[in-house]
Amino acid sequence: MSAFELLIQQLVNGLSLGAIYALIALGYTMVYGIIELINFAHGDVFMVGSFVALLLAGSLGVSGAVAGPAVVIVMLAILLGTMLATGLLGVVIERAAYRPLRHAPRLAPLITAIGVSFILQNVVQLRAGPSPVSFPDVMPNPIIDAGNVIISAKQLMIVGVSIVMMAGLQWFVLNTRLGRAMRATAQDRQAAALMGININSTIALTFFIGSALAGVGGFVFGIYYNSVWFINGYIAGLKAFTAAVLGGIGNIAGAMMGGVLIGLLEALSAQYVSERYVDAIVFAILILVLVFRPSGLLGQHLPESA
Amino acid sequence: MASLEARTTLFPRFGRDARSRALLAAIVVLAIVYPIVDSNASHVSAAVDAGVFVLLALGLNIVVGYAGLLDLGYAAFFAIGSYAYGFFASPQLGVHLAFWLMLPIAGLAAAMFGIILGAPTLRLRGDYLAIVTLGFGEIVPVIFLNADKYTNGPNGINALDPPFIGGYNFGHNPTPFYFVVLGLIALSVIVIRRLRDSPLGRAWMAIREDEVAAAAMGIDTVRAKLYAFAIGASFSGIGGVVYSSKLGLVTPDNFRFSTSAFILSMVVLGGMGNIPGVILGAVILFELQSLILTQLTLWSHQLGAFTHIGFLNELDFVNLKFLLYGLALVLMMLFRPEGLLPSARRQLELHAPPEVAAAERQELYDVSTEAQSA
Repeated sequence: MSAFELLIQQLVNGLSLGAIYALIALGYTMVYGIIELINFAHGDVFMVGSFVALLLAGSLGVSGAVAGPAVVIVMLAILLGTMLATGLLGVVIERAAYRPLRHAPRLAPLITAIGVSFILQNVVQLRAGPSPVSFPDVMPNPIIDAGNVIISAKQLMIVGVSIVMMAGLQWFVLNTRLGRAMRATAQDRQAAALMGININSTIALTFFIGSALAGVGGFVFGIYYNSVWFINGYIAGLKAFTAAVLGGIGNIAGAMMGGVLIGLLEALSAQYVSERYVDAIVFAILILVLVFRPSGLLGQHLPESA
Repeated sequence: MASLEARTTLFPRFGRDARSRALLAAIVVLAIVYPIVDSNASHVSAAVDAGVFVLLALGLNIVVGYAGLLDLGYAAFFAIGSYAYGFFASPQLGVHLAFWLMLPIAGLAAAMFGIILGAPTLRLRGDYLAIVTLGFGEIVPVIFLNADKYTNGPNGINALDPPFIGGYNFGHNPTPFYFVVLGLIALSVIVIRRLRDSPLGRAWMAIREDEVAAAAMGIDTVRAKLYAFAIGASFSGIGGVVYSSKLGLVTPDNFRFSTSAFILSMVVLGGMGNIPGVILGAVILFELQSLILTQLTLWSHQLGAFTHIGFLNELDFVNLKFLLYGLALVLMMLFRPEGLLPSARRQLELHAPPEVAAAERQELYDVSTEAQSA
C-alpha cells in the first residue's frame, strides 16, 4: 500500500466516522441555537440510541446479517424505532431538567445537564452491564476493493444515511412552518411568541429532532463498530460538540462540516501522529478554535458574554 | 457605622453569635480528637482523603461559587499537583524535595497552569469556558498516561517520599496526615474568608451577578477571573501533594472527568459560595462513597444471603454512586439551587422571581448587543 493509498484509505475511514459525529453535532447546534444551552447530556442520548437499536434488533430476532431485500425493511424499522425513542427521551429531558430552569442563572441548566448525563450513563450501565456489549451485524458488509483502498458497504451506508438525514433536516428547517417557527424562536424568543408561536412546543420539537438524529448516530455507530458501551457517549459527545463549535455553533451546515472535519482529523492523526494522542489532539483543536475563532468557521459573530 | 451594621445583618458570618461560635468550637474539638478516639487506622485514612476533597471543594468553590465560572476540568490541577510531587519527591528523577517545600511549589505550579489555560480562554462566555476546561481536563491525564518515559504510563510513579517532621517519618500512619490536612483546611478557611471579603472577592461576586455591570463599574473582569482560576487551582495542586504523598503512588486514572464532577457535586450539594456548606457537601459525598455505600452493599448482601433473594445479592450500591451524584445535581438545581447550607446572598440571587430574572436577562442582552454594534 503506497503512502498515497494509505492517505485515501484514512480519508475514507475519517469520512464515515465524521458522518457519525456530524449527526450528533446537529443536536448540539440546534439546541444551542434555540436556547443557548450546551446540552451536556446529548452525547449520552446518542449512547442510549445505540442501546435502543440493540434492543430493537434483539426483539426483531436479528442476530446476524439479514439477507436479501428484507435488510432494508429491518434497518428502517430499527432506525425509525430508535429515532422515536431517543426523540422522546430528549423531550422528556428538556421538560424535566431544562425548562424549569429557563430563567435561572446560566450555570444552573448546565449543572443539571451534567447530572442528566450521569443518570443516563448509569441507568444504561445498570441494565446492560459495565462491559461493552456486542452489536449484531444487521447488514451484509460486502467490500469494495478499489485498488488497495477498501470501502465497506457499512461506510457507504453511514455516509448515505447521514446525507439523507441532513438534507431532510435542512429542508425541514428552511421550508416548513415548524422549521420557520424554530428559526424565529432562535432569533428572538419574545418576538416569536408575540407572532403566535408556541415557544415551549417549538423548543420541545427542537429537542425531539436533535435527539432523534443522535439516535440515528447511535444506530449506525453500533453497526459500524459492532460494539456499544455505556461510556461511549461521553467522548463521542465531546468530539461532536467540538465539531459543532468548529463549524460555528447554531449553524446547521457548520455542524455537518465540523463533524466531517473532526472525523478526518481523527483518522489522520491516528495514522500520522499517534493513536494514543487522538483525543488530546481533538480537544486541543477545540480549545484553539474557541480561543481564536469562537464563532467557528461558518458562524456569525456572537456576543462574548451574556 | 450604620452601613457596617447593615452588612453584618445582610451577610451573617459564621462564628459571629454565641450559638454558632459554640457550634464551631465543638466541630473543631471533635475534629482534633477524632483520630485519638477512633483507633481504626482505615477510618482515619478515609478521613484524610475526605479532608483532601474538602480542600479541593473549597478551591473549586472560589471558581464556581464566588466567580460563577463553571470549571469542569478541575481534577487536572489535582493531577498536576500529584505528579509534581511524583517527579520531585521520588526516585523517578532522583530528586527528593521535602513535602513541606512541595506544598507551595505544587500550589504555584497548579496556579501557573491555571493562568496558562485561563489567560486566553477567560474572555469566553461562561458555557464555552466550561467546555474549554473540560477539554483541558481530558488532555492532562492523557498526557500523563502517554508520556511513559517520564511517568511510567498507566503504572504511574511509585515509592513517593513520605513527609518528615524533623526525624519523624509519617510512613503509612494516617494520623499525622490527618493533622496536616486539618491544618491546611483551617488555613484555607481563614484565607478564603479573607479573600471573600477583600476587594477581589467582591469583584468576583459582582462578576458572578452581572458581568457587564461589573465591567462598567471599572472592575478588570478578565484579571479578577484569572485570579479566581489561579487561586482555585492552587488548592487543587496542594491537595494533590497531600493525596499522593499519603498514597505513596500517583497513577493517571484518578483525575478524569468523574473526579471533577465529583468535586463539583460537593460544591453544588453543600451550597455554592458558602464555606461551611461546601465543607459539609464534601464530607457527605465522600463518606457516602467510602463508608455508607460500601456498608449498604454489605448489608444488602447479608440480607440477600439470609433471605435467598438473588436481587439483593447482586446489588452494588458503590456502582450506583454516579447515578446518585447525577440525581443530586439535577434535584438540587431544580429544588434547592442554593445548596444544603446556603450563602444568604446566593439564595437571594437564585430565588429572584422569574419576571425579575427575565427582565434582567433581557436588559443584559440589549446592553451587549448595543455594545456589539457600537
